[in-house]
Amino acid sequence: MAEQAPGTRVPTVIAEDVHIVYRVNGARTGKGSATAALSRIVRRGGEERGVRKVHAVRGVSFVAHRGEAIGLIGSNGSGKSTLLRAIAGLLPPESGKVYTDGQPSLLGVNAALMNDLTGERNIVLGGLAMGMSREQIKERYQEIVDFSGINEKGDFVTLPMRTYSSGMQARLRFSIAAAKDHDVLMIDEALATGDAKFRKRSEERIRELRGQAGTVFLVSHSNKSIRDTCDRVLWLERGELRMDGPTEEVLREYEKFSGK
Amino acid sequence: MSAPPSPDEGLTAAQLAAKYGLAVSGARPPLREYVGRLWGRRHFILAFSQAKLTAQYSQAKLGQLWQVATPLLNAAVYFMIFGVILNASRGMEKEVYIPFLVTGVFVFTFTQSSVMSGVRAISGNLGLVRALHFPRAALPISFALQQLQQLLYSMIVLFLVVIGFGSYPDASWILIVPALVLQFCFNTGLALVFARAGAKTPDLAQLMPFVMRTWMYASGVMFSIPVFLADKPQWMANVLQWNPAAIYMDLVRFALIDEYGSENLPQHVWAVAGGWAALFAIGGFVYFWQAEERYGRG
Repeated sequence: MAEQAPGTRVPTVIAEDVHIVYRVNGARTGKGSATAALSRIVRRGGEERGVRKVHAVRGVSFVAHRGEAIGLIGSNGSGKSTLLRAIAGLLPPESGKVYTDGQPSLLGVNAALMNDLTGERNIVLGGLAMGMSREQIKERYQEIVDFSGINEKGDFVTLPMRTYSSGMQARLRFSIAAAKDHDVLMIDEALATGDAKFRKRSEERIRELRGQAGTVFLVSHSNKSIRDTCDRVLWLERGELRMDGPTEEVLREYEKFSGK
Repeated sequence: MSAPPSPDEGLTAAQLAAKYGLAVSGARPPLREYVGRLWGRRHFILAFSQAKLTAQYSQAKLGQLWQVATPLLNAAVYFMIFGVILNASRGMEKEVYIPFLVTGVFVFTFTQSSVMSGVRAISGNLGLVRALHFPRAALPISFALQQLQQLLYSMIVLFLVVIGFGSYPDASWILIVPALVLQFCFNTGLALVFARAGAKTPDLAQLMPFVMRTWMYASGVMFSIPVFLADKPQWMANVLQWNPAAIYMDLVRFALIDEYGSENLPQHVWAVAGGWAALFAIGGFVYFWQAEERYGRG
């Protein structure tokens, strides 16, 4: 794949008619719920009763190329994060296919961390969960602690994470997640939290990661940061791809739609 | 095949993907590669199990002391009910029965808690499964490993009890190592099976305690199977004695308790113990791997 003529666009992510459906147990209440639950267990296959289906993404297709920074916009619950998870291969599509070059990774490590453990152990645990080796973690350990700034107010890294303020917890989580380099990187911008000083630092780090990654997907509700970063935008609404094009064009329509 | 200006025009997604060497995202790797990836994550598996173990008692005042105190209290309860009140020893002397009972409780608890944590390994960690890439088998294996470490703490209590009732350490104690290794393999396989089942049907978490309790009472944790089933047909005793839980319990009892001789063990006991371990470890692993790409769906 290396000997491409200059100017040729190399695809890194291909999504073909992707549908994603969540199944929610116990969302139906009232009479007959117990029997419905029983029949759900007894009757395998076919149309399941008592299970609500949420069709989160409906038939999205696009091709992303190397070097592109793609923004995902849309109102809350439009399927942006779900689509990212499907691209990362973490959530299998109901139908359709996603092809990728290498392993896309979601920036975020929250789920692997444990509030009852010290910051120190969480850094190691989070790093291992992301697939870093023990040596890599040891190398980056100090960097992570310094970046998070949790030790600025005393020796907090040796205390359990539940003793941190929510801002400190968010900072440590982001610092661990951002310690690894990625090929195809996906960022949910709700990540960059904390006080103004830390937000600035984390935005800088995201920019750095973007520079190293081949293709970047950014979910954001801030049109400004989409304009700053992305050259192409996918607009999702109710799980459908409503528009796909250059940033300015799509954002103009989106702003008209959302009444700004 | 295609004209120079836009060489990729008209290709289907699959053809385009093939042309540039793209692979289906989240596809299940072949078994051999899967094992390799799992091996690559061994540090994570170990760290995760230790973290879970530590986090368990981190809010308690006595802290990690509960690792030992919990099994001790457990043993005391069973001793009160079955040793003192119900007197289930039936012909066994106290010096044998108490270590017999405590060994049974601890060894069975090892399997029981592996199964219970296996059921929730995927369904209880869906957030993790939907956020990070790693072979999903890492979760149930890690939980089984946590139970193994828990058992090692219980072993401290067990040794004290056994020595307290007059069986002193000797060469036969070495045998608990292979016995527990085999049981660990068996437990891990079982945890893998139930992790897949529990991912599809989370209701198993409610059902399994009853299944496990039935299994415990049928495995001779607090009574000797040959003695209690003496007046029943021989095949019943055989079935109960060859069930994996009973096999591993008997092996550890045989290793630790002086008075509990090989006459209490069924025939070919080591072969059966190894067979169960291999069957479940390999079968459970393959069974779990077959649904690898679907665990994120929940």
